[in-house]
Amino acid sequence: MGRKLDPANKVRRGPGKKARKQQGAEAELAKFIIDGDYRFTDENSKWLKPAKRKRKMDEPESEDDKVEKEEDDVTEDNDDDDDEDEMVDDYGTLDDGSAEEFEEESDGEKLLPIERAAKKEKKLKESMGLESDDEDLEEEGDDSEDDEDEDSKSGADMNEEDTIQTNIDDTDQFRLPAAEESEKEGLLLVDLKSIHQRIKDNIDVLCNFSTKREEGKERAEYMSLLKKDLCTYYSYNNFLIEKLIDLFPLSELVDFLEANEIHRPVTIRTNTLKTRRRDLAQALINRGVNLDPLGKWSKVGLVIYDSSVPIGATPEYLAGQYMLQGASSFLPVMALSPQEGELVLDMSSAPGGKTTYIAQLMRNTGVIVANDANADRLKSVVGNIHRLGVTNTVVCNYDGRQFPKVMGGFDRVLLDAPCSGTGVIAKDPAVKTSKDDADIHRSAHLQKELLLSAIDSVNAESPTGGYLVYCTCSIMVEENEWVVDYALKKRNVKLVPAGLDFGKEGFTRFKERRFHPSLRLSRRFYPHSHNMDGFFVAKLKKFSNVIPTAPAGKDENTDAPEAPVVTDSPGEKPSQSGTTKKIVTGRPGSLKDKNKANGTAGKKKANIEPKSKRDSPTGPKKAKFAKKDGETVKGEKAKKAAVKTADESKATKDENKDRSRFEKKQGQKRKTPMIAKTRMGKNKFKKLTKMLEKQNTN
Amino acid sequence: MRPLTDEETKTMFEKLSKYIGENIKLLVDRPDGTYCFRLHSDRVYYMSERILKLATNISRDKLVSVGTCFGKFTKTNKFRLHITALDFLAPYAKFKVWVKPGAEQSFLYGNHVLKSGLGRITENTMQYQGVVVYSMADVPLVCCHTLKGNIRMFHQADVGEFIRNEDTLT
Repeated sequence: MGRKLDPANKVRRGPGKKARKQQGAEAELAKFIIDGDYRFTDENSKWLKPAKRKRKMDEPESEDDKVEKEEDDVTEDNDDDDDEDEMVDDYGTLDDGSAEEFEEESDGEKLLPIERAAKKEKKLKESMGLESDDEDLEEEGDDSEDDEDEDSKSGADMNEEDTIQTNIDDTDQFRLPAAEESEKEGLLLVDLKSIHQRIKDNIDVLCNFSTKREEGKERAEYMSLLKKDLCTYYSYNNFLIEKLIDLFPLSELVDFLEANEIHRPVTIRTNTLKTRRRDLAQALINRGVNLDPLGKWSKVGLVIYDSSVPIGATPEYLAGQYMLQGASSFLPVMALSPQEGELVLDMSSAPGGKTTYIAQLMRNTGVIVANDANADRLKSVVGNIHRLGVTNTVVCNYDGRQFPKVMGGFDRVLLDAPCSGTGVIAKDPAVKTSKDDADIHRSAHLQKELLLSAIDSVNAESPTGGYLVYCTCSIMVEENEWVVDYALKKRNVKLVPAGLDFGKEGFTRFKERRFHPSLRLSRRFYPHSHNMDGFFVAKLKKFSNVIPTAPAGKDENTDAPEAPVVTDSPGEKPSQSGTTKKIVTGRPGSLKDKNKANGTAGKKKANIEPKSKRDSPTGPKKAKFAKKDGETVKGEKAKKAAVKTADESKATKDENKDRSRFEKKQGQKRKTPMIAKTRMGKNKFKKLTKMLEKQNTN
Repeated sequence: MRPLTDEETKTMFEKLSKYIGENIKLLVDRPDGTYCFRLHSDRVYYMSERILKLATNISRDKLVSVGTCFGKFTKTNKFRLHITALDFLAPYAKFKVWVKPGAEQSFLYGNHVLKSGLGRITENTMQYQGVVVYSMADVPLVCCHTLKGNIRMFHQADVGEFIRNEDTLT
């Protein structure tokens, strides 16, 4: 069967190519086609395409396909010789390329048919075919079942096509916009294939524009058609495609888009707090999981190829021995490289993968503050933290932008900013169509705010740290380089090497924009080149706590300058008493705002200020802090303060507490009972209500 | 966040002592720093002093979790142990039970431990004694009470809760 079928197919295809070479052959080919019952039966046709295209690109050697097919069908018994003969026989028309084909063939024979199939398919996806339209037509034929109609029709089509092709080579697509539209109204399926083809052709032309362009056609025309086709074929919206075209060279673009159609491999991270990678791997293998270590760059990662059990519900998983985590999520933490005993902030921590990785690198020492703006997502953070046996974490639910005011003086900060998600289209295809310019800029704006407040939360004087890692799962320049560049201008930070020896360098120039040259040190990761989610990582080092007084600029300036003033007094060393100092640093931010702050607070602080600036809590937030202190400290202060050893730092803290309590009282005086109620504990509230009731009854 | 009242402390320690007996003082007096229990939104958290201090920076309504959650007080003021405490209970547990690999999966879905699933058990385990259940690979899985009869261990908390009850952990 195979053999006979093959020739037919070839003949069908052949005509296109041969038509170009030897124009007289068309008539004969048409006959072949009509004869062929053979034609359609073959599933192999798809694999064969890429090969064909290749040939076309190099030199037209048409016979590869045939040979392969034959191999497949006949299996191993046929020798090269046989193939040759047959081919020759079938075709008669064979031309020059045969020798080369055989070489390829012999290569192919070493592979199993399935492997070959896979290979071909891969090629199909990756390689760009220069196939002309007649191929598409063939496919049309394949798809539709009615042989007769198709035969005649396709034959006719082919004739038309042939003539066209003979005149014009690859670029003829552009001639057809009108026809195209009509086509689009036709079958979708057909359309997609032809569009795919056209994309490839188009890109080929664009890559060799001077030689392959059609006379009189502008590059823009090609581009606009390309955009349109890409949007249709990969179902992106116009905006995103344009962005991507700007971002990637054309040859990479299709790779990227294709990579977004495939899921990334499942990866897990060993929880070294509870087990070792080797043990874990062994345990999982015993459960029927097929895995491998993840690249050289990670000692804790494992790639899961396939698994007979749900990988998210094994006893090992529940016992916290590993975490399901994308490979790209390892990178920012590795870049951050937290040290033991440090105070680390994870500004947007959900669902806790990076947080727990940080904890694991710190061996459960120090303190991690895991923040996230979304209370619902924090549940997963808590779950994961406890499951993985992380005990050094404080989980809180602030908006990241408030942060230096809540708490400052961190040794390291990880900011995994919320973003448009253009790097993880494979995970969430909705991104393809849901984003537009406004979305990007909105998230870019938020990212700038977050980054500035993250920078302000870092303590530049930290003996071990002073680092900040900014990362997003977006690949847009607006959300990455631009944001970092902005921060470089606004704060005393510099980029440092991220410590990741792979990945692509960040852009220093993009379209009309020019970024700071050190942005080369940031790293970009792409699905098609690294087989992980699209990701951006930049590591910043804060070299001074002073905030440069910025010229009139963004809105953040108004807010930011106040908070950041959190400058540590150089005299006070973090090592002296890490915890207390840090606690305090958060508040000091408000210092500068004294004018804003209400009078009482301001005064009180005044006494203490001389001691150390940082210790004086006040500012716009002062009121809140006071409240907070009142609540939280109330209980502890009484008991704890008494119990605990009082070293200097504590003393200062207690002072703060006293102060704050005092403030609170004052505040209460001023306020109506209703307001005061809000800051009361349950018991007090109950008492109060009882009293009120009594009064009422009386 | 506040320290536990005496009553609360008593209730909780009673519960804990079922599992770890007098080892409970090892939880409080640790060589590597001061650790303490704090109550926050009805839940008991166990944390080091350093974390405690930092956590005071965070207002109560914004604070989700500190250190390790041991369990929670019910509305009737009973103490209910959470699986999150397992990390601290397991190393100190006085009585342990190992279950066979075939049975371990079912415990993780919240079932009781049956007699048939028992692999090994600490000697002299009394009735109604709190035990920690391990898999044969020494992975702590479940906190249970021993019982008589066919059901050997009455299930109290298991690591499957990390997934099943994620919402209530905090």
